[in-house]
Amino acid sequence: MVKKRSAGHTLLWKVSGTLKYLVLFGVSLIFIYPFYYVFVLATRERGNMFKVPPPFWFGHGIVDNYNSLLKNLPFWRNMLNSTGIAVLATFTTVIFCTMAGFAFAKYKFKGENFLFNFILVTLAIPQLLGIIPFFKMMVWFNWLNTWFPLFIPTMANAFGIFLMRQYLAGSVPLDLLDAARIDGIGEFKILVKVVFPLAKPAIAVLGISTFIGSWNNFFGALVILRDKRAYTIPVALSSLLGIHNIDFGAIMMGTALSLVPLLVIFLFFSKQIISNLLAGSLKGVAR
Amino acid sequence: MKMNQQKIAPYLFISPFFILFFIFGAFPDLFSLFLSFTRWNGMSKIEFVGLKNFIYLVTRDDFFWKSLTNTFFLLLIGSLLQHIIALPLAVMLDSKVLKGREFFRTAYFLPYITSTVSIAFLFGYLFDRNFGLFNYLMELAGLPGIKWFSEPSTVKPAIAILLNWRWIGWNTILYLAGLQSIPGELIESARVEGAGRYAIFFFILLPLLLPVIFFAVSLSIIFGMQLFDEALILTGGVGGNPGGVDNAGLTTLIYLYTVGFRWGKFGLGSAVSWVLFLIIISATVTFKKIIERIQH
Repeated sequence: MVKKRSAGHTLLWKVSGTLKYLVLFGVSLIFIYPFYYVFVLATRERGNMFKVPPPFWFGHGIVDNYNSLLKNLPFWRNMLNSTGIAVLATFTTVIFCTMAGFAFAKYKFKGENFLFNFILVTLAIPQLLGIIPFFKMMVWFNWLNTWFPLFIPTMANAFGIFLMRQYLAGSVPLDLLDAARIDGIGEFKILVKVVFPLAKPAIAVLGISTFIGSWNNFFGALVILRDKRAYTIPVALSSLLGIHNIDFGAIMMGTALSLVPLLVIFLFFSKQIISNLLAGSLKGVAR
Repeated sequence: MKMNQQKIAPYLFISPFFILFFIFGAFPDLFSLFLSFTRWNGMSKIEFVGLKNFIYLVTRDDFFWKSLTNTFFLLLIGSLLQHIIALPLAVMLDSKVLKGREFFRTAYFLPYITSTVSIAFLFGYLFDRNFGLFNYLMELAGLPGIKWFSEPSTVKPAIAILLNWRWIGWNTILYLAGLQSIPGELIESARVEGAGRYAIFFFILLPLLLPVIFFAVSLSIIFGMQLFDEALILTGGVGGNPGGVDNAGLTTLIYLYTVGFRWGKFGLGSAVSWVLFLIIISATVTFKKIIERIQH
């Protein structure tokens, strides 16, 4: 419906329309620019980084910065740690949370409500609460400087179980499960053959958010990882802060390289991530 | 046999959560509650001291109080005020005729996916008092440069700038999703009845958005109270003076890390973690009460 507007009104409408684009675009630039800038700085020569005006365009220091980074850190080893932990975290989280989410969505069992509410309550407990004994436990387990503490404790987490339950409750027909049971298919096989394929959209959300969360995990990793070769990328980069006269180009090179995997994932999946992630979290709000 | 399997299966499927929770969640959490009443350096004999740690924190520990006020102040200017910016941005994006919406959504979501540590390094460079971009822009605008992290009073604003950069887009997208779940006919009929744009926003959209606002602000409170990465990296990292110059960027979680893992005071550190946890819980519950009161 187009309402009639006076000439004055139309003008005002148009101006505010342009203004809107200006604001939205300006804010986008503020969000994008730092990413561009990381890559610019990663290529600047050592003596060419701290000056007035600050550099805005790529330089020729890319090889030097890379070599300097490798001199200061076992960088690719750190990359391997980050990748390995994130991949393991993603797979295990998806498997265990889908399993539990399925149980709460499609089975009737004694204590179901109590157990589900129990899980929801644990959502309110932050990692920091038990971090000191957790550290001590990892010493006893001999798990310091290993990958285990960084994915095993969170494999079956409350957020993931909640997300999967919400999704599976509405997308797996009970008839289908019963039909499978009549055909003599066992419960575990139903989970693998029927539930996992149907849960793909929710699995994508859970998987991607787990990967990003694990890749960026700093606090937990900082507590657990004490050896240079065991560091994940965030801990490795943060360790450079303590070194005097550290080559800033090296830090920026490390930062740039650490951003690449996330940027690649994001650019491929941004649409699914944004719409599914939000649909998933808002579904929880609506209740 | 089959029936049996169907009865056991759900318990089997949910058992990993409970096993992991009791080993890695409940046990350390309760152990930390126990430790908060003790003095322990991790190796000595555990010595029971009653409420001493808590009394010390509340009555004599200036670092602890400073970390709390820092955290609250950063929560306010770094995490809460931005909702006033994010909501209008979401309203702007919520239009079917907006060109480039996909681009905007992607750009706004970008900061969320990045590692805080990586991006904090970059912002550290942007805040350089002699060569940073921010001071360069200030100079271009004819303003005097700011000392940022060399001056206590500007440490928190600088950290807050990074926090705003990182979370405004996330909150915008969250509000956008909320707006899109509001049926268009509702707005259309209000418009037909002659309601202006602002009336529609304040009397129709805002009340309907309350659950989303509650969700988004609660997340801000919960994460804001646990601020660590950005503040630590920007104020000099693990080895530096905790929280930078004059401890101006010392958050409670950085203090917990310092007490527990740099000073090796496991008892006092555990007390800090419990106090912080209780503050987070009560802040969230209070906020829930406020929202409920508004709704009625």
